[in-house]
Amino acid sequence: MAETKYETHEYDVIVIGAGGAGLRAAIEASARGVKTALVCKSLLGKAHTVMAEGGIAAALGNVYPEDNWQVHFRDTLRGGKMLNNWRMAQLHAQEAPARVLELEEWGALFDRTQDGRILQRDFGGHRYARLAHVGDRTGLEMIRTLQQHAVHKGIDVFMECTIIRLLLDGGRIAGAFGYWRESGRFVTFKAKAVVLATGGIGKIWKFTSNSWEYTGDGVTMALDAGADLIDMECYQFHPTGMVWPPSVRGILVTEGVRGDGGTLKNSFGERFMFKYIPEFFRAETAETEEEADRWYTDKKNNRRTPDLLPRDEVARAINSEVKMVRGSPHGGVFLDIASRRDADYIKRRLPSMYHQFKELADVDITKEPMEVGPTAHYMNGGVRVDADTAATAVPGLFAAGEIAGGLHGANRLGGNSLSDLVVFGRRAGLYAAEYAQNLKGTLTVDAGWVEALAQEALEPFQRTGGENPYAIHRDLQETMQSLVGIIRTEGELKKALEELATLKERARRVRVDGNRQYNPSWHLTLDLHSLLTVSEVVTLAALERKESRGGHTRDDYPKPDPEWGRVNIAVRRRHGDITLTPDPLPEMPDELKKLLEER
Amino acid sequence: MSQNVTASAHGGLTLRSDPWWALPLTVVVFLGSFIVYSTWAAFQNAHYYVPPYLSPFYSPCISKSCLHLTFGWGLPEFSLPIIGIVSPAFLILAGPGFFRLTCYYYRKAYYRSFWLAPMACAVRDRSGYSGETRFPLILQNLHRYTWYVAVFFIVVLTWDALLAFRFPDGFGIGVGTIVMWINVILLAAYTFSCHSCRHVCGGVLDVFSKAPARYRLWRFITRLNERHPVYAWLSLFFVGFTDLYIRLVSMGIIRDWRIL
Amino acid sequence: MPTAIMRVFRGDAKGGGFQEYRVPAEEGMVVLDVIHEIQATQAPDLAVRWNCKAGKCGSCSAEVNGKPRLMCMTRMNIFPEGEPITVAPMRTFPLIRDLVTDVSFNFEMAKRVPAFRPRPRDPDGTYRMQQEDIDRPQEFHKCIECFLCQNVCHVIRDHEDNKRHFAGPRLFVRYAALEMHPLDTNDRRELLKEKMGLGFCNITKCCTEVCPEHIKITDNAIIPLKERVVDEYYDPVLWLVRKLTGRK
Repeated sequence: MAETKYETHEYDVIVIGAGGAGLRAAIEASARGVKTALVCKSLLGKAHTVMAEGGIAAALGNVYPEDNWQVHFRDTLRGGKMLNNWRMAQLHAQEAPARVLELEEWGALFDRTQDGRILQRDFGGHRYARLAHVGDRTGLEMIRTLQQHAVHKGIDVFMECTIIRLLLDGGRIAGAFGYWRESGRFVTFKAKAVVLATGGIGKIWKFTSNSWEYTGDGVTMALDAGADLIDMECYQFHPTGMVWPPSVRGILVTEGVRGDGGTLKNSFGERFMFKYIPEFFRAETAETEEEADRWYTDKKNNRRTPDLLPRDEVARAINSEVKMVRGSPHGGVFLDIASRRDADYIKRRLPSMYHQFKELADVDITKEPMEVGPTAHYMNGGVRVDADTAATAVPGLFAAGEIAGGLHGANRLGGNSLSDLVVFGRRAGLYAAEYAQNLKGTLTVDAGWVEALAQEALEPFQRTGGENPYAIHRDLQETMQSLVGIIRTEGELKKALEELATLKERARRVRVDGNRQYNPSWHLTLDLHSLLTVSEVVTLAALERKESRGGHTRDDYPKPDPEWGRVNIAVRRRHGDITLTPDPLPEMPDELKKLLEER
Repeated sequence: MSQNVTASAHGGLTLRSDPWWALPLTVVVFLGSFIVYSTWAAFQNAHYYVPPYLSPFYSPCISKSCLHLTFGWGLPEFSLPIIGIVSPAFLILAGPGFFRLTCYYYRKAYYRSFWLAPMACAVRDRSGYSGETRFPLILQNLHRYTWYVAVFFIVVLTWDALLAFRFPDGFGIGVGTIVMWINVILLAAYTFSCHSCRHVCGGVLDVFSKAPARYRLWRFITRLNERHPVYAWLSLFFVGFTDLYIRLVSMGIIRDWRIL
Repeated sequence: MPTAIMRVFRGDAKGGGFQEYRVPAEEGMVVLDVIHEIQATQAPDLAVRWNCKAGKCGSCSAEVNGKPRLMCMTRMNIFPEGEPITVAPMRTFPLIRDLVTDVSFNFEMAKRVPAFRPRPRDPDGTYRMQQEDIDRPQEFHKCIECFLCQNVCHVIRDHEDNKRHFAGPRLFVRYAALEMHPLDTNDRRELLKEKMGLGFCNITKCCTEVCPEHIKITDNAIIPLKERVVDEYYDPVLWLVRKLTGRK
C-alpha cells in the first residue's frame, strides 16, 4: 500500500458529520465492534440538529392511544405528496418510538404527561399529537444526549476537520481526504466504509434558516463518487422566517404564531391569505375574516383560517405579495399577533419568539407586527439510499439524515426530521459496520490521487486572479434566491444555469490571501465547488420536473401531474457530466396501499 | 505560550470599559460601615435595653447582668469568663456573624470586594488562588451548621419581638415594636432563603414527586432564595438600625412614639 | 450611514495585537455581522468560529469591550456611536488565530464525566417521571456549550495551573444535571470534591452573569452540588448517624 505523505488514520467506519444522524450512526457502528471515527467540520455538538425546535415524531400513543405506526406512515406519505420511498416511510414510522425511548435511556429528558410518560404535541400534517419534545429545544436535547453517549463510548472524534473528497478503490469506498481547519494540514482517512451524515444545502440561498455548514459538500462528494441523487427539486421553503434585521434574516418564526391567532397582512393592512385559497382547500377554509376569527374558538361551526394553509401555499402567497410591491419595508409581509391577542397570552404561548424578536430585532411582538418572509429550510430529496441498509449506489458508502432522500418525498412533515436522524442514523451505522466486517481483500488509497487533490486544494493560494470567494458566494445566493426560489419558471431556471456557468468560471479565478491556518476565505473557496454543484443540480432537476408538487412549484406548470407523480428525478454524474433520468417509484405492497385509502 | 498571547490581548487588568469597579466599591463602603458600627455597638455594653425593647445585638441575655430577662425570671448565677472582659454582644454576634460570613451570597460579595478574587467578571484576579479547598476557607462548608444556629436566633428574636408588646403598663405597640417586628421578619426572610436551607428542605432529593410536601417547601424556598441577596442587605441594614433605634431611645436622644 | 470603528484582535500563538477596521453600520447589525463584513471586504482571512447565528449553537463566543458574549446576540446599537468597539478572543483558552481559541479543555473534561447510568425500567417498559422531577435537570440541559462560563471563571482564567484539577462551571452544570437526574444511579460527589475542584469555586457568580441561556449556574447547579458534597463529607451529624447505624 503506497503511503501518502499526509497524516493518515485507519478505521473500519468513518462517519462524516456529527449531527443527530452522524452521532447515531457512529454509536451504532462502534457498538457493533468496528473501529469507528466521527469527523465533523465544526466543534462537536454544534451541528444543525441543535436548531430543531418542535419535536421528534414517533407514534408512541402516549397522548392518543389510537396512534400507531400505520397512521404515522399514512401521514408521512400524504404530506410527501406520495413521492416518498414507501419502505423508508414504513421503517421510519415503525422504529421511531423505539429510538425515542432509547434516547430517554441515554439521559434525554422529554416533557412529561400527567401520568409520567413522554408528552406529545400536535403538529401540521400529523393526525394525532405525536411529537415528543422538550419545550422548544428538542434538537438540543437530542444532540447533547447523543454526543455525550458517543463520548462515553470512547468514539474517536475529529473536530473541525473538513472532508473534501471520498477516496475510492475500484469503485468501492477506500477512505476520505480532508484538512484540519485549525492548521490547514491535510489528513487522509483509510476506511472500509463511510457514512455520510452531512446535512443539507440551505446555504445556496440568501434567505435561509441554515448555518454556514450547509454547503452541500456531502451531496457533492456522493455525486462525485458515483451515487444517485433524487428529488433535489423538492426543496422546502418555510413560509415564515425573520427578514429584518440582516443578522437574523431567515431565522424561523414558528407556525405556532399563526396557530395561536397571528395573521398575515400586507402593507395595506389587508389579510391577503383570503385571496390565495386554492380550489383544493376551498371547502375546508374560511372565506371571511369573521369566520376565520371565529374558528379559533369554535372549530365545529367554522372553517380553518387560510393563514394556516399548508406551508407551500402560504410561502407562495407571501412571495407574490412581495412581488406585487405590497410587502413590508424589508421585503417580507407582516405577521401580526399584537393586535389580536393580549400581551400576557403572547408571552405565555410564544416565549422564545418573544425573546427572539425583542433581542434581535427590537420588536416587541406584543405591541407591533413581525416582518416575515419565506426562508430556505430543508432538503426533502438527497442521496438515494437503500431503504433498509442506508447504502448508496457506491459500495461502502452509506447516507443518513437530511442528506438522504426518499423518506420525505416532495414535502417533509414537521417532526419527521429528528426521527429520520435516529432511525436511519442507526441503520446506516449498523449496515456500514456489517459491510466493513464482511469486506474481503485489501483497499488501496492511491497516493498519487491524494497528492493531486492536495495540490488542487492549494491552488487558490498561487492564483493571480482577483476573485473574492465571499463575493461569489453572495452572488450565488442572489441568483438562487431570485431565479430558483419558491416559484420557478423555465425562463428563470435557464437564466440561472447561465449565471451558474459564469459563477463557476469566476470560482476558478478565486485567489486566497494569508496562510492555511484557520483561514475562512480558503475554507469558503473549497466549499464553492459543492455550493455551485448542488445549485446546478437543484436547477436542472427543477427544470426537468414539469409540474408543481410539494416543495417544487413551477409557475408555468402550476398543477400536479399524475405522470410526474410516479417518478423520482434521479441525478447522476457520469464521466464528469450531470445526467437526469426519471426513475419510477418503487412499487408499494398492496397492504400498505390499503392504509393510504383508509380515512 | 499561546495562553500568554490571549492574556496579552487583554492588557493588564481588563478590557472592560464600563465602571465595573462601582459595585465592589459600594459593597466595601456599606459592608465596612456595618462592621464598624456593629463593632462599636458591641463594645458599648450599654443602652441596649429600654423596656420593652431589647437590641438584637444583645439578645438573648446570656449573663445575669443583662438588663432584660428574656427567658423569664432568673438566669443561673454564672458569668462566662470572657464576659468580664468584653461585652456579651461579641458572643451573641458570633452566631449570626458566622452565618453571614459563610453565607453563599456574602461570600460572593466579600470575595469580590475585599478579597479581590476577582473584583468583577473578566477583571484580572490577584495571584495565588486555592479557592475554598484549604484551611481556613474550607470551613465555608460548615455553612449549614451556622444556619441551624441562625434559626435559633430567629426563635429568640421572635420572642423578643413578642415581648416588645409588653410595656410596663401592659399591652401596647410602639414604633420600637414595629421596628423589632420588621427586623425579625427581614432576618427570617434572609435566614430561610438560605441556600443550605433550600438544600436541606428539599434540594437534596432527586425525585420530588415521591415527597410532595418537601417539594412544595423547596419551591417556596427557591422563590425566597432568588431574593437572598436583597434580604441579606435589607436585614443587615435593619438589624443595625434596630440597635441604633433602641440605643437612641435608651440614651434619651429620641423618644419612642407609642401607637397603642 | 454611521461607521462602526472596530478594534479586532489579529494574531496567532506567536503574537498579535488589535487592528482597527471601519465598517458601515447598517441598522440592526450584531457584532458577528460586522465581523463578517470585515471578512468579506477587508480581511478575508480573519478567523472567527460561528455556526447558527441565532444564539443556539454557542460557537461565536468572544469578548466584546471586555465582556464575554456571543457575537451573534450582541447588537451594535448597545454601544455608544463613534466609540471604538474591541473584539478579543476568549482569554482562558489558548489562541489558535484571531478570534478562534482552542477550547479542547472543555471536551477533555467532558470525557472525564462518569456516564449516565439509569435505573432499570418500570415493569411496563417505560420510565415514569413527573414533570417536577425533571424541571431542574431540564434547566441544565439548556446549555449550548458556548463556554463563556468557562472563559469568565477566574479559577482557570487567571490561574492556568488550576486547569489540571478544575472542571469549570459548564461541567458543574453537567454534573448537576446528572446528579439530579431522577433515573441516574451514579454518585459523582467524591470525584467532584477530589478531582474536579468543586472547592475551587468561590461562588463569585460570573458564570451566571455571562450565561446566554440564563441558566442559574451558581444557585441551581454549583451550590446544590457543594451542599451534596457537604452531605457526604462535612456533615458531622450525618457522619455520626452513619457511624451509629452502620449505613452508607
